[in-house]
Amino acid sequence: MMQVSVWGARGSIATPGPETNKYGGNTSCLSVLDNGSTFLVLDAGTGLRRLSQFVPKGRSRVDVLLTHLHMDHIQGLGFFGPLYNPNMEVHLWGPDSATLSLEARLNRYLSPPLFPVHLRELPCKLVLHTVPDEVLHLDRLTITPCMLCHPGPTVGYRIEGPEGIVSYIPDHEPSLAGALEQSDSTWISGYDVARGADLLFHDAQYAADEYQGCIGWGHCSMGDAVRFADRVSAKNLVFFHHDPGHSDDELDSLAAPYTSGSHAYKSIYGSALKDVYVATEGSTFLLKQGEVTFQSRL
Amino acid sequence: MCNLTESTLFDEAFSFMPNKPIEIILLRQLSSYLVMPIFLVDHEGRLLFYNEAAESILGQRFDETGELAKDELEKLFTPTYEDGKPMPANEVPVFKAVLTERPVHSKLWIQGADGVSRGIEATGFPLIGMTRRMLGGMAIFWEMQKK
Repeated sequence: MMQVSVWGARGSIATPGPETNKYGGNTSCLSVLDNGSTFLVLDAGTGLRRLSQFVPKGRSRVDVLLTHLHMDHIQGLGFFGPLYNPNMEVHLWGPDSATLSLEARLNRYLSPPLFPVHLRELPCKLVLHTVPDEVLHLDRLTITPCMLCHPGPTVGYRIEGPEGIVSYIPDHEPSLAGALEQSDSTWISGYDVARGADLLFHDAQYAADEYQGCIGWGHCSMGDAVRFADRVSAKNLVFFHHDPGHSDDELDSLAAPYTSGSHAYKSIYGSALKDVYVATEGSTFLLKQGEVTFQSRL
Repeated sequence: MCNLTESTLFDEAFSFMPNKPIEIILLRQLSSYLVMPIFLVDHEGRLLFYNEAAESILGQRFDETGELAKDELEKLFTPTYEDGKPMPANEVPVFKAVLTERPVHSKLWIQGADGVSRGIEATGFPLIGMTRRMLGGMAIFWEMQKK
């Protein structure tokens, strides 16, 4: 079984408060536990701090896969417990920029005046890996990064294993790279990452009318997220990277036309899309032989 | 709206063609908004795209040409020097730019797919992506004179 847990689903900036209690206010962070042993973290948003307390006992290695280095995806890094454990090996994966290495880029955050501890001072054994040069094989899992349409170097991750395929694309504006309806699949940003995914976490920050005022900012409307999922033949879609301005009630209202309960969404391409979920902090998806079951809060 | 056929959907479901690098996808999108003629090839010299402005010089719509291997491309446009001698493919600015990883500028004559011979001036430059991946090349060109 593969267990995918949501520790933060908010986009841009953490938004704690009574208005966001249902879906949560922490920024991007997922964990993947495969076969009870292989443990991955996807992005290091503010949700990473709480995840620290739930890293499976007895582990000596954790892999943290960063999609990009915008603040909402790395802010939890300095509060990740395993980085301060000398017995722990932490592998950080992420993209270089055109002129700076991943290490140099991370040092911009993990150094004064933004943070009191330097990367080099962390007591764990820290190993940095540049993506997308490497395909990562971890036990039963094959993890493939791929560059996507989002400002600055940004990747999505495709995680394949015996239980199925999980695709993680938290920040993505596919329609900026061409119309989803008309593009040949080889010209669709992110197609390879998401193709045939059993579980696709995808940027769905905006309502359609909001998106019109934010074109080029690197994010996606809910409608485009569904069209993208439909086009890549994903089976289950999870709306992710919720707009910080959306309260729980607003998110419920905006997502209602797409979620499975309303049966309002009709596939354009006759794809396999079965369910659309709204990512909820503290929830878990279980993936077994390609079948997905949703568990509400931990 | 949707222009996908059932066979396209079948192909997408059962075969795997990797999607283009994001840098190439974005360049195609950008070039489709520009009125300067632009021509894109991959790292093997395969034609990936040319924009609407290039269509009138190349004598054929891209939708009719589609993607072409380097040798097919050479046959289609038969590049020559001013004196009519064939220009080797690797001297064509966009291909030379890919090979040398440097910008290249030169004049050449091409036989358009419409049968018209045109003199063009072209600047090719390499497309080198993140982690120094050689993605291909791009040419900007303009017509000099018709023979």
